[in-house]
Amino acid sequence: MRTARILTAATAAALLLAACGDNDGGTTGDEDAAIAVSASDTACDVAEGESAAGTVTFTIANKGSKVTEFYVYADGDRVMGEVENIAPGLSRELIVELAAGTYETACKPGMIGKGIRNGFTVTGSSTPLTEDAKLAQATTDYQRYVKSQTGALIDKTTEFVTAVKAGKVDQAKALFPVARTYWERIEPVAEIFGDLDPAIDGREGDQEEGQEFTGFHRIEKDLWTTGDISQDGPVADKLLVDVQKIVDLANSTTLSPLQLANGAKELLDEVATGKITGEEDRYSHTDLWDFAANVEGSQAAVSALRPALEEKDAALVTTLDERFASVEAALEKHRDGDGWKPHTALTEADLKTLSDEINALAEPISRIAALVASGK
Amino acid sequence: MQRRKVIGLAGVGAAGVAAGALALSSDDPGRGAGGAGAGGDGSRGNAAADAISFWGDRQAGIVTPAQDRLHFMAFDVITDDRAALVGMLEAWTAAAARMTAGLDAGTRGAVGGIPEAPPDDTGEALGLPASGLTLTIGFGPGLFRDATGKDRFGIADRRPEALADLPAFPGDALDAKISGGDICVQACAHDPQVAVHAIRNLARLGMGVVSVRWSQLGFGRTSSTSTSQDTPRNLFGFKDGTANLKAEETALLDEHLWVRDGDGPDWMTGGSYLVTRKIRMIIETWDRTPLGEQETIFGRAKGSGAPLTGTAEFDEPDLTGDRIDVGAHVRLAHPTVNGGARLLRRGYNYVDGSDGLGRLDAGLFFIAYQRDPRKQFVPVQTRLSRHDLLNEYIRHVSSGVFACPPGLLAADDHWGRSLLA
Repeated sequence: MRTARILTAATAAALLLAACGDNDGGTTGDEDAAIAVSASDTACDVAEGESAAGTVTFTIANKGSKVTEFYVYADGDRVMGEVENIAPGLSRELIVELAAGTYETACKPGMIGKGIRNGFTVTGSSTPLTEDAKLAQATTDYQRYVKSQTGALIDKTTEFVTAVKAGKVDQAKALFPVARTYWERIEPVAEIFGDLDPAIDGREGDQEEGQEFTGFHRIEKDLWTTGDISQDGPVADKLLVDVQKIVDLANSTTLSPLQLANGAKELLDEVATGKITGEEDRYSHTDLWDFAANVEGSQAAVSALRPALEEKDAALVTTLDERFASVEAALEKHRDGDGWKPHTALTEADLKTLSDEINALAEPISRIAALVASGK
Repeated sequence: MQRRKVIGLAGVGAAGVAAGALALSSDDPGRGAGGAGAGGDGSRGNAAADAISFWGDRQAGIVTPAQDRLHFMAFDVITDDRAALVGMLEAWTAAAARMTAGLDAGTRGAVGGIPEAPPDDTGEALGLPASGLTLTIGFGPGLFRDATGKDRFGIADRRPEALADLPAFPGDALDAKISGGDICVQACAHDPQVAVHAIRNLARLGMGVVSVRWSQLGFGRTSSTSTSQDTPRNLFGFKDGTANLKAEETALLDEHLWVRDGDGPDWMTGGSYLVTRKIRMIIETWDRTPLGEQETIFGRAKGSGAPLTGTAEFDEPDLTGDRIDVGAHVRLAHPTVNGGARLLRRGYNYVDGSDGLGRLDAGLFFIAYQRDPRKQFVPVQTRLSRHDLLNEYIRHVSSGVFACPPGLLAADDHWGRSLLA
C-alpha cells in the first residue's frame, strides 16, 4: 500500500530524492541495516547520528512505561516520518526517505510536548527542488502525516469502542480524548467527506431531519451524564465502521497545496469557534485536548508547505514559527500530567489569552493560501 | 505603502477640520465605484466628497464638528516586540488614511484581490462615501508600563506626567473589563456602518499585536464642538455641552485643549489628553422625576436649555444667588467654581440593549479632550462626584485616560512614530 501510493504521488521530487540516494554509492547499500532507537520514559538513544541520503530505517523499541512516538523532523519541525502510538514493550519500524541535510529525531514518551530530541545528519548530494516540486512535495509529506494519524486513529478508536462495549466507563473516559486527538489533527481531511463527519463528530442538536445522533459525542454524553453505556454497543460499532471508512477514503485522497493551506486555517477556526467556547466537548470538557490536536494538525499542514513558503515569503515563515511557539507556550500552562485541564478549570482571562493567541496565529496563516495560489 | 507616497499634504487646516482634496493615485479602488449614487464622471470624487483630511497639525476628530456616530475601541497590546508594535501602527496609519478618504482599507480592496486570499477590506462600506470619518488615536498608561510594572517598549521615561491614572471618585462603579487600555481609537462618522467598518478593519490588522479590550458604540452626539452646530440633547432630555469649548475659540483651545511646548515630553506638544467615562443613566427613575426637579438638578430649563437665571441657552448662569441650586450640575461643572477649568466634550448617547431587569442599559459615553486632566477633568469630576444632584440617576461604569499625540503632517509619518522613534 504505502510504496504504491508514494510512487503514484510520483512527484519529480520523490523521484529526485530516490535518484540521489542511488547515485550516492558506497553507504547507500546498507538500507537494510536499521538504526536502533531505544526509547524510555526519560531517554531516546539513537544508535547512529548520521546516515547517507536515501531510505533510512529506524527500529524503535519502547522500553519505558508510557506510550511513545518517534519522529524525524526537518527544519521547522516538518515531519519527515513518524510512528505514533508505540505501546510499552513493543518495537516498531520507521522507514523514511531523507535527502542530504540536517534533521532531528524525537521520542515523545507520553506522546506530549517537543519530545527528547537528537540531531541527525544525512550526507550526500541533492539538487534543490523547483517551486512546483516543492509544492508537490508538500502534498506527499502531508499525505504521510495523514497516514500516520489515521493508523493511530483506528488503533485508539478500536480501544475506545472495545472499552465502551465492555462497559468499562473509566477506561472509555480516559480513551475518549486520546482517540479524538488523532481525529482532530486531520479534521480538514475528514470534512471533505461530508456525510461521514456528522456521523462521527456531530454534536447533539446538529443533526438534520432523519439523522440519528451518533458518534463520539453521543457516547461522550452517556459516559459523562448518566454513566450508563449499556445501550451504546451499536453506536460504538457504527463509530468504528465510520472511522474505518473515512480512514480508507483519507488515505486514497491527496490534498492539493491549496487545500493544505486552507486546512491549516480551518483547524484554527475550529479552535476559535468551538474549543475556546467549550462547545465541542460539552459533557466531558476535554476541549483542550482537541484544541492542542487542532493546533498540531495545523502546524503539520504548514510544515509540509514550509519549503515552498520559505522561498515565497521567508518573513511569514518566521512569523508562523514564532506564533506557533507562542500558542504552544500559552497552552502548556494548562497541562495536567500527560493531558490537559478540563475547559471548566480555565478562567475567562485564561480563555481570552488563548483566544488572542489563536487570532494572532490564524491571521498570518490566512495569508498562505494566496501565496500558494499565486504560483510565484 | 505605495498609497502613502502619493497622498499630498492637502487639507492641513490649523485645526485639521478642512475637508482635504486628496491626491489619489489612479489605481486606488474608490469605495464608491459602482455603488449606488455613483457620479457619472467616476465615483471616486463621490466617495471622498465628504471626507475630512486625515493629515494636519492636529488629529482630526477632536475639534472636528462632532459627527453623529461613534465607534470607540480600546486595545491591550499583547506583544513585547517593539518592531511588531511599530509595524502595526504603520499599517494602521496607511489604512486610516485610506478609509478616512472613503477608500477601502487595503490597496486590493474588498473585492479586488484573488479568490484564494481573504480580502484586505471587509467590504461593508462598499458604495458608501467617506461620511466624515475621523480616526483619532490615543496611548494609555499601560503602553508605558504594563500591569506588572514592566517597561515593555523602553518608553517609560516618555510617559507624560499629565497621563496620570485617574483617582477613584466617590460613587465610581467601574468595571475593569471595560476600562483602561494601552491604545484607543475613536472613530466618528455620519454613518454608523462607516465607523464600525473602520474600527473593525483596524482590529483585524492588529491581530497578534493588540487584543480588543472593550469597545463602545454611540449614537446622537451629545456635544457641539463648533458654533455652527446646534446643541444636542442627552438621554435625560437636556441640552448638553452648551458651555463646551468650540473649534472657533482658538485662544481658549490653546489655553485649555492643546498641549503646549514645555508642558511635558515633546512628542505630546500639539496633542491633547482624552478622558472617557461610560456613564450609565438610570433612565426609569429619571422618567418618574417631576419636570421642576429635573430642571433643578441640571440648573437649566429643559426646553430652551437656558440657565434658570436667564432666558436664552447661551445666557451666562448667575451663580450668586440660590436660584441655581448648590448641587445643580451647571453650577458644579462651571469654570468659575473649578479654577477656570474648561473641557472639550464630544460624548455620545448609547443604548446597549437592556439589562435583564427590564431596564434600558443606556446612558452617555462621555469623551473629553483637554490640556491636562489633572487640572481639568479631575477637579471638575471630584466636585461633581461629591455634590452633583444628578448622581442619584447615574453610575460611572467605565473609565479611560489616553494621550493623543498631535496630527501627522507627512504621508511617510505614522501613528506613534514620535513616541516610539
